[in-house]
Amino acid sequence: MSFSWAKPYEPKHPAMKWLDERLPIPRLVYGATGPGYPVPRNLNFFWNFGVLAAIFLGIQIITGIVLAMHFYATTDGAFNSVNQLIMRDVNAGWLLRYAHMNGASFFFLVTYIHIFRGLYYGSYKPPRELVWMLGLVIYLLMMATGFMGYVLPWGQMSYWGAQVITGFFSAFPIVGEPIRIWLLGGYAPDQAALTRFFSLHYLLPFVIAAVVILHIWALHIPGSGNPTGVDVKDEKDTLPFHPFYTAKDGWFAAVVLLVYALVTFYAPNYLGHPDNYIPANPLATPAHIVPEWYFWPFYAILRSFTIGFILPAKLWGVLAMFGSILLLFFLPWLDKSPVRSGNYRPVFKRFFWLLVIDVIILGYVGGAPLNWWRTALGQAASAYYFLHFLVILPLVSAFETPDPLPNSITDSVLHGETAEAAPAGKRRASRGSVATAG
Amino acid sequence: MATKARSAEGSQDTTGDGVRRRDFLNVAAVSFAGVGTVAALAPLIVQMSPSADVLALASTEVDISKVQPGQGIKISWRKQPVFVRNLTPKEIAEANAVPLSELRDPQSLAERTKPGKPNWLITLGVCTHLGCVPLGIGEGENRGPYGGYFCPCHGSMYDTAARIRQGPAPKNLEVPDYKFTSPTTVEIGAKG
Repeated sequence: MSFSWAKPYEPKHPAMKWLDERLPIPRLVYGATGPGYPVPRNLNFFWNFGVLAAIFLGIQIITGIVLAMHFYATTDGAFNSVNQLIMRDVNAGWLLRYAHMNGASFFFLVTYIHIFRGLYYGSYKPPRELVWMLGLVIYLLMMATGFMGYVLPWGQMSYWGAQVITGFFSAFPIVGEPIRIWLLGGYAPDQAALTRFFSLHYLLPFVIAAVVILHIWALHIPGSGNPTGVDVKDEKDTLPFHPFYTAKDGWFAAVVLLVYALVTFYAPNYLGHPDNYIPANPLATPAHIVPEWYFWPFYAILRSFTIGFILPAKLWGVLAMFGSILLLFFLPWLDKSPVRSGNYRPVFKRFFWLLVIDVIILGYVGGAPLNWWRTALGQAASAYYFLHFLVILPLVSAFETPDPLPNSITDSVLHGETAEAAPAGKRRASRGSVATAG
Repeated sequence: MATKARSAEGSQDTTGDGVRRRDFLNVAAVSFAGVGTVAALAPLIVQMSPSADVLALASTEVDISKVQPGQGIKISWRKQPVFVRNLTPKEIAEANAVPLSELRDPQSLAERTKPGKPNWLITLGVCTHLGCVPLGIGEGENRGPYGGYFCPCHGSMYDTAARIRQGPAPKNLEVPDYKFTSPTTVEIGAKG
């Protein structure tokens, strides 16, 4: 690990010693999530969401594998296998299905908080650029997986979601329509599309898991960031991951899983669309088609181009929608401010909250039926989104005067109470207050 | 660099331009493997294209004898909806009255129908924006302000020749290949 004071793994039990000499998996776990990984002592609750995302990935993989045992990937069987077989006939099928359905929403929810945490605290800045970019890769894979999973029940929203989203590709001139037909294996979504979406929906979560490993690996080279953005200087700035952060993550996971259980049991369809309980009908589009809530901001950007200039409006919409995510890959070079944390950047902080409001407005517009003022609002909010990243951030980072940074993490936590600043486990008096400061 | 250093030692298998037999063999072997790998990708790519059973549905016959002027029917071709509409003389006149210069995707009604059959307007029922099915073929459905079709998803409006007039769609509703096999039968998907 990165810090010289990280405790080396010393197996106590002879069996662990035997294993460690042949396949050092215990050493890997100890160094990644055990006492061998020192973490800044001042993390706040926003640092819990990465672990939460991993927990929801696990829930999705487990419930998904079980659901796949009962699902029929055929156009005349898919709808009934979900809504009759799984929801009514399979023992506990309803629970697994609702857990999977809402698990997707919670996975996206905690990931969005995780991403905005990174935006506020400058987690994309050197030396963690690759951590950020691998995270964006995970997010793109999540979007593809979520979309294909939504198609599988083969309801009206599934079908027309597949039609509209594969229709994005037809926006590209000349090659677009052949690509769309190639992706679908037909001229409209049908058996070929359903089967390949099922296959890929099963595959991609494991690809996500693999990229998550790279994401954590890249994170563990410099070590975790922290709310001050100040680098770790010595041992008293850190706490060992276990037992301090395993305990904190565990406690917070329990809270969030409780909320997840409340939604799953008491409002399982709140985040869904009633139209998806109508079997897919290729000859009639529902009056109001929208994607799942976690895609609404992007759907708003897509729809905000109504007039073509140079390129057709439809192509602009598709380019802007993909561009809104791809530009985040360049964030480490758009925001050049040497100060990481938004806590010490008075101007940046205000614009950050404007961006949050802007994305919420985009989400609202993307989910609501279109009328003239929502169209105008969506256009303004889309324009502001790009303005924030391409103009405001570079200017703010060039002209802003940041607030003074604390000398060290310990300083910022203890407010000068240096007596308490001894490393964990080496305290003189049994005050016990340091242990809870994280 | 290493190549140059070694060939400078004057090894016997160097040709006049400094290329060793081993370099040639390396490049040839790796190229061969590369071409082979690319060739092995081909079946993985073509398997995604529409399969024979999908292509077998490429044409479909429709009996249009029961469709009165002013009415339309919606049929399924290649799993996509097709609108077959029998235009009234008034609708034909409205379509012909529009100057082509006003259109986003300029096409006359005559170009979108078969010679001598200007009343039979046959188009895909797939909005050219993002693929929803527009309203207007069924009795009493919203036909929009231009009397043709109205797409409920994003508000594209088509006229009585199914040409885009307003809204985000870039193109007119697509006219598929079709031919009249008899005065009352149309084969959709057949060239002619």
